[in-house]
Amino acid sequence: MFKLIWRNTVRHPLRASLTVLGMAVAVLAFCLLRTVVTAWYGGVAASSPVRLITRNAISLMAPLPMAYLPRIQVLAGVKEVAYAYWFEGTYIDPKHFFPQFAVSVSRLLDIYPEYLISPDQKAALLRDRKGCAIGRKLAARFGWRLGDSIILQGTIFPGEYNFNVQAIYTGRDPSTDETQFFFHWDYLNEKLKKIAPERADKVGWFFVQVASPGLAAPVSEKIDAMFKNSLAETLTETEKAFQLSFIAMTEAILVAIQAVSWVVIGVILVVLANTMAMSARERLREYAVLKTMGFRPRHLAGLILGESLILALVGGLLGVLLTFPAIHLFPASLEQYFGVFPLTWATLSLGLTISLGIGVLAATLPAYRAAQISIAEALKKVG
Amino acid sequence: MTRESAPVSPAPLVEISHLYKSYRRGSQDLVILQDISLTIASGEFLALMGPSGSGKTTLLNLIAGLDAPDKGHLIVKGIDITRLTEAQLASWRAREVGFIFQFYYLIPVLTAFENVELPLLLTPLNRRERQEHVDLALELVGLSDRRQHYPSQLSGGQQQRVAIARALITDPSIIAADEPTGDLDRQSANDVLNLLSRLNQEFNKTIILVTHDPEAASHAARIRRLIKGQLLDENDRRQT
Repeated sequence: MFKLIWRNTVRHPLRASLTVLGMAVAVLAFCLLRTVVTAWYGGVAASSPVRLITRNAISLMAPLPMAYLPRIQVLAGVKEVAYAYWFEGTYIDPKHFFPQFAVSVSRLLDIYPEYLISPDQKAALLRDRKGCAIGRKLAARFGWRLGDSIILQGTIFPGEYNFNVQAIYTGRDPSTDETQFFFHWDYLNEKLKKIAPERADKVGWFFVQVASPGLAAPVSEKIDAMFKNSLAETLTETEKAFQLSFIAMTEAILVAIQAVSWVVIGVILVVLANTMAMSARERLREYAVLKTMGFRPRHLAGLILGESLILALVGGLLGVLLTFPAIHLFPASLEQYFGVFPLTWATLSLGLTISLGIGVLAATLPAYRAAQISIAEALKKVG
Repeated sequence: MTRESAPVSPAPLVEISHLYKSYRRGSQDLVILQDISLTIASGEFLALMGPSGSGKTTLLNLIAGLDAPDKGHLIVKGIDITRLTEAQLASWRAREVGFIFQFYYLIPVLTAFENVELPLLLTPLNRRERQEHVDLALELVGLSDRRQHYPSQLSGGQQQRVAIARALITDPSIIAADEPTGDLDRQSANDVLNLLSRLNQEFNKTIILVTHDPEAASHAARIRRLIKGQLLDENDRRQT
């Protein structure tokens, strides 16, 4: 039977090839779109349940006073507190975007063990007031090496900022963003004291590390209660909730991408169903002849289902294989927006599982029709 | 399949009584067969003749279990096949009937060997046993040297002989042949008819041949004629 299924599959080589190609392109598109969605959620995936973000309740753009640090730090359940400020400097050209943060370097590295830096680089970074740590992918993007000098032109914080690359970090996990740029908050603050004193001694947000995930909610409440009715009320949430709030801002785009990925699958389902319907219609007489020999409806359904599954799975497998090289064409342009562009096994498995589903669905109607065929009608002879 | 010659048994293999069949065409009921009663003995070579639309193919389809009558009894080897379910009928066909069509209906993507092997895929025979059976059948129809040829590489006569080998590969009780020479030249037609005669005489196969060709029908031991869905008396020699 398998021989007949295979020969039927390759009976019209051009039709089979185009169907497989169409299937491959659809699965490739599906996997790439799903990868974009996964990348979108990259920050969420990398978030820790013991990290909280405390920011200004009005907006993320509004800063918090540095004076909050000691008050947060002494709260029960708080293990460590770090802080950061979003710095949006331009490197040569505005299109060379990458995320830059003025941070409390030592504290940040304690709270974020997933940023891996060798001890000597870390020591050099902590020693150098103008030192910066850059992600491995960012270094590769601009060809930066240890010891290089980098000049950023401030946009939010005017002025020219000089940095020395003292550390290149790598991610501990595949979901760790390796495109970021960290430098000493002290360096920024010193500059601000000179050029804009009213903006000095402030931070964008605090990273609060709690002793256990169970403490996240009570500590959040305590922090926000502590600064209630102050000039800068706080909003504390888990790192995951913080990341999700970012995603919520772009939810419409995300839903659109997901919808398009399923539309692509719907289109290829119709294409394969049409191919199978056409093939089955051409072979109705053969199915009738097989029935005269004693072949049952399930045998005929098996022939059609087998053919459909071969086309769908070969196409799906080809699409999945093509995703590997295709994914490398993506990050070059998108790396600046997505720190992590992960092609996950879940995405690939979903691509193959959907191929399998398409194969089954596309064969359903033709298989039913073939199974129901009347021998006398199909042989079309009433002599 | 036995190679021993056996005399025609008088025992009835097929007993048809008061059989009716009609088809619905739009809003009309088209009566195809009316009150057909017929007995076919085991080992008999019967020709069913009649003009186009007389119902001979429909009668053959009913005897072969390819279609169901509206009314009447159709008993083959003691089984009333009108009472069988679709699945039972499929198994019954696989065991008891070999079908030969006017246009051969070989599967174009399978070789002669694979086409003949097809019905055996429904049996418990293993690969080696199937090969032995197919080799024997192809030898019988004189196509041992064409076993790896595809239908498109064979002449019409050769394709019909492959179809005959396919029809008898399961050693069925009945070989139902529907205009098997209708698409062949005279020489090929004679080859096919001689082969059918040989199957009947040497292997005692019951053959029901539907034809409108008197020369083809002359190979049969008995001829029954149908006109407008009715079976004529055996002695009725009206031109069909």
